[in-house]
Amino acid sequence: VKPVNFAYERPQRIADALKLLSEPTIQTKAMAGSQSLGPLLNMRLVQPDLIVDITAIEELRRADLHEGHLVLGACITHADIEDGRVPDVTRGALPGVAKTIAYRAIRNRGTIGGSLCAADPSADWPPALATLGAEVVLLSAKGIRMMPVEAFMTGALETVLEAGELLQDIRVPVLSPDAVWGYYKVCRRAGQHAHAIGAVLLDRPRNVFRAVIGGAGLKPIVIPDASTLSGGAFDLSRFDENAADSVLRSAGIVDRLERQTCRVVLTRAVRQVSGV
Amino acid sequence: MVEQGVGARLLRKEDSRFMQGRGEYVADIRMPGLRDVAFVRSPLAHARINAISAPPQYRDCVFTSADLAGVKPIRAVSGLQGFKVSEQPILASGKVRQVGELIAMCVGRTRAEAEDIAASVELDLTELPAVSDMLEARKPGAPLVHEHWGDNIFLETFVNINIGKAVSAPIKVTREIRTARQSMAPLEGRGVVAVYSSRLDQLTVYTAAQMPHINRTGLSECLGMDHGKIRVISPDVGGGFGYKGILLPEEVCLSWLTMRREHPVRWIEDRREHLTAGANCREHHYIITGYADRDGRLRGIDCEATVDSGAYSSYPFSACLEAAQVASILPGPYDFEAYRCRTWSAATNKCPILPYRSVARTGVCFALELVLDAIAREAGLEPYEVRFKNLVRPEQMPFDNITNKHFDSGNYPEALRRVLAHFDVPALRARQQKGEPDGRLLGFGLSIYCEQGAHGTSVYAGWGIPMVPGHEQATARVTPDGGLELRVGVHSHGQSLETTLAQVAFEILGIDTSKIKVVLGDTALTPYSTGTWGSRCMVMAGGAVASACREIESRAKQIGASLLQADPAGITYANGRVVSASGEVRIEEIARVWYLRPQDLPADVHRGGLEATVGYKPQRDSGTFSYAAHAVTVLVDPELGSVEILDYAIVEDGGKLVNPMVVDGQIFGGLAQGIGTALYEEMPYDENAQPLAPTFADYLLPGAAEVPEPQLEHMETLAPYTEFGIKGIGEGGAIAPPAAIANAVNDALKGLGAELLFSPITPRRVLEAIAAAKDAVGAGQHGASS
Repeated sequence: VKPVNFAYERPQRIADALKLLSEPTIQTKAMAGSQSLGPLLNMRLVQPDLIVDITAIEELRRADLHEGHLVLGACITHADIEDGRVPDVTRGALPGVAKTIAYRAIRNRGTIGGSLCAADPSADWPPALATLGAEVVLLSAKGIRMMPVEAFMTGALETVLEAGELLQDIRVPVLSPDAVWGYYKVCRRAGQHAHAIGAVLLDRPRNVFRAVIGGAGLKPIVIPDASTLSGGAFDLSRFDENAADSVLRSAGIVDRLERQTCRVVLTRAVRQVSGV
Repeated sequence: MVEQGVGARLLRKEDSRFMQGRGEYVADIRMPGLRDVAFVRSPLAHARINAISAPPQYRDCVFTSADLAGVKPIRAVSGLQGFKVSEQPILASGKVRQVGELIAMCVGRTRAEAEDIAASVELDLTELPAVSDMLEARKPGAPLVHEHWGDNIFLETFVNINIGKAVSAPIKVTREIRTARQSMAPLEGRGVVAVYSSRLDQLTVYTAAQMPHINRTGLSECLGMDHGKIRVISPDVGGGFGYKGILLPEEVCLSWLTMRREHPVRWIEDRREHLTAGANCREHHYIITGYADRDGRLRGIDCEATVDSGAYSSYPFSACLEAAQVASILPGPYDFEAYRCRTWSAATNKCPILPYRSVARTGVCFALELVLDAIAREAGLEPYEVRFKNLVRPEQMPFDNITNKHFDSGNYPEALRRVLAHFDVPALRARQQKGEPDGRLLGFGLSIYCEQGAHGTSVYAGWGIPMVPGHEQATARVTPDGGLELRVGVHSHGQSLETTLAQVAFEILGIDTSKIKVVLGDTALTPYSTGTWGSRCMVMAGGAVASACREIESRAKQIGASLLQADPAGITYANGRVVSASGEVRIEEIARVWYLRPQDLPADVHRGGLEATVGYKPQRDSGTFSYAAHAVTVLVDPELGSVEILDYAIVEDGGKLVNPMVVDGQIFGGLAQGIGTALYEEMPYDENAQPLAPTFADYLLPGAAEVPEPQLEHMETLAPYTEFGIKGIGEGGAIAPPAAIANAVNDALKGLGAELLFSPITPRRVLEAIAAAKDAVGAGQHGASS
């Protein structure tokens, strides 16, 4: 398993990267940590003419607080988040997720932006960031687009990213001090892709109660108003598994055991913070 | 001084290079002019080949079966009556019978370029119906893998010993039990570098192999070349487990290619090739009935076993090794009087089934031990009570069992008693009753096996396969400085033989192990041997080294007596010295005199000097019987189906342990593989016989987090027929874990009426079993599900 012959560029400036990615006559691919793209290249499932390595671009490695958001450059690694090299505005949620991603060797190179663009249904960041209400900032010659993480990922291995477009930043809202967060992941073995992920965020001062189920082979199933699972209240102790089951059913998960697994991970995420 | 002899926990001589990344494997070999090979492999499981075409610019770099005129296919015939012969083509011609089968060989300056060339080759194939399941393969009207056979059965065997006596037993439990197809997954895959020397008129094949002399014999047959014109070198090898005992068509291809192209060529197996086209193993299906009395006394076992043998019979072990072994070893360590077993080796459009560590035993142990637990549940007994009732007893030793296996020695009930002592069973039962705070379910499971190892001529002559082990030979050669070289035809790829064979030599000659060089893995430097397989090396090569060293000792004594001017009758040899009543002379001095001062030797000195090649067989070669009892506690999550191992204990009896630390390592590694079989490893195929786990993201292996450190205890009942009382223990660690873990899971789930009868026990299968049990209760039935 060796990749096809491809050209490689590592521009310093974001404008140069966009120009290279917009070459109309050739297949191009942006590469950050290469932890998802690398295997695809080796298996020749991706056969680009040009790889644009974006890790030398300073703007994509920044992490700033800006207008109530933490703005993370696409090339921030999982380890940067795990080790606290970027500020945490999520009361431990982001570093807590980061440290459970795959293995340390992967976390050292793998990036948050690369993970979102790979759009693997079993990855951690799509459901985790969707739960936190994060947005992505996409950049192209045409300008800037912003959208919620759950709108960015359109399906398994699919995103809205267009040719010549680059994921620049991820904007994570600053949680209030009272926010509580639950995250439960089940995988066959340590470090393996998740089989199912349940995540819940209750941030009463910001009027946010969100729940997400990920990993079921689909894009994350987002329940933007999770009070619908709690008898209409912002109350984790009233969480109703049957209501979650109906959501899963209408999301198209027909297999009852698959639905059971998804329901259980969400229930356990809720129980982490509800004390029930 | 550090203990160095037989029984010492000596640090490994190999470690300095292996622990520092200085091993030298096939893929590390560099040669001027070396070119890389990639193969065009069949994308279909069963298809007729209409045409193979390469673009004009690559015509000189692409080779197909039409180019290989005179090269013979691989034939691994068994002499067992009714065995049907398959011919495994070196490159496919006419049709392909499995995904991954070699169709064309492409050579480039780099592997990437060779893959580019391979990608440019166009195949015109007509897809044929494929047979992907062994039970379907057995049915009349199934697509035929080898048309001229008329069916898909390599071999059917049948044995019936008084089964009629058992059928009246009050307890009768029948289970359908299945083990998944697996892949062996050693750290290093296969790899070949082939180079031809016109000076020597010799082909040298560097190959990651565990049986280099057998590879040479196989290459000689396929290429039609004299043995003397082929040298096989197996350098450092990163794990074998059986896969590296097989002659691969790739080895034949590269041997042919280097002679044709007059430059060295290389093929390094990648993991996709390994998983989907190569190292498949283990797939068994059983319908097994146990008959027992109410007190747990086993009255008989009746079994129909099918093994998915895949498309071809592999060299040298053949396609029937697994299934035919099932019939002979299914009774395990138990004494009962009625037995019937029918087996089928079924051909399918899948990779050939290859012998994996503990060949057939893991599946057999799984089937039998699960049935014993089902009997225990039926009888309302503790599983250990059923074992105590039926295990072969020490006073019966040596014991010939119902299939005429000769148990050489041992105390099986004692192993069970000791493993139980690692647990407080009544406390576990109380805790089980009470329930876990997190809702998980506690289970306790056992399994016991026996492992026939180092079985020799008398056993294998009857199989009639291309290879029968005879006397194992070793060469011992004292060097002029008083060091020692040992040359053996077996190989070491995790077994630590560079250390343990040196310990054997030290035991006899007293030469410091740091001055002992063990030479392995080269047909030009070592005596012929069937190589490393069947837990045989420590018994066979160890015995051969001991024999050769004793011959050296006798010759050293003759020279020493002369130097001491003493009567040879009063001479002894100890600690590297020849000792007389009046003085002593060291082996270094004796070596110096033999090589450098022959004028000081007696006139009648033994002309063989200080070098001897001696053959060895145990007094009886029906095999050593090591054994172990495994016990484990697990927690099963009934909502998610996941299984966590809490405590694992092993009590094993390997006879005399040459180096207990090495034995520990063998058992730890085997346990890891056994946990893989039990919970993780599976190579599924779809209905078109397409393999579905082509990467390690799909094919799950246990990692450090999944393998607990077991409590490990050794018994050392000496084998009566072997040098030092050694028994083969190489495979045992991998035999018992799937059965022990499955029994623990079933113990945990018994309250729900669920039973797992399929390995690996995946979360999905656990949830399905629980759901099926609930449905059955709902339908007002008793029952179990697989």
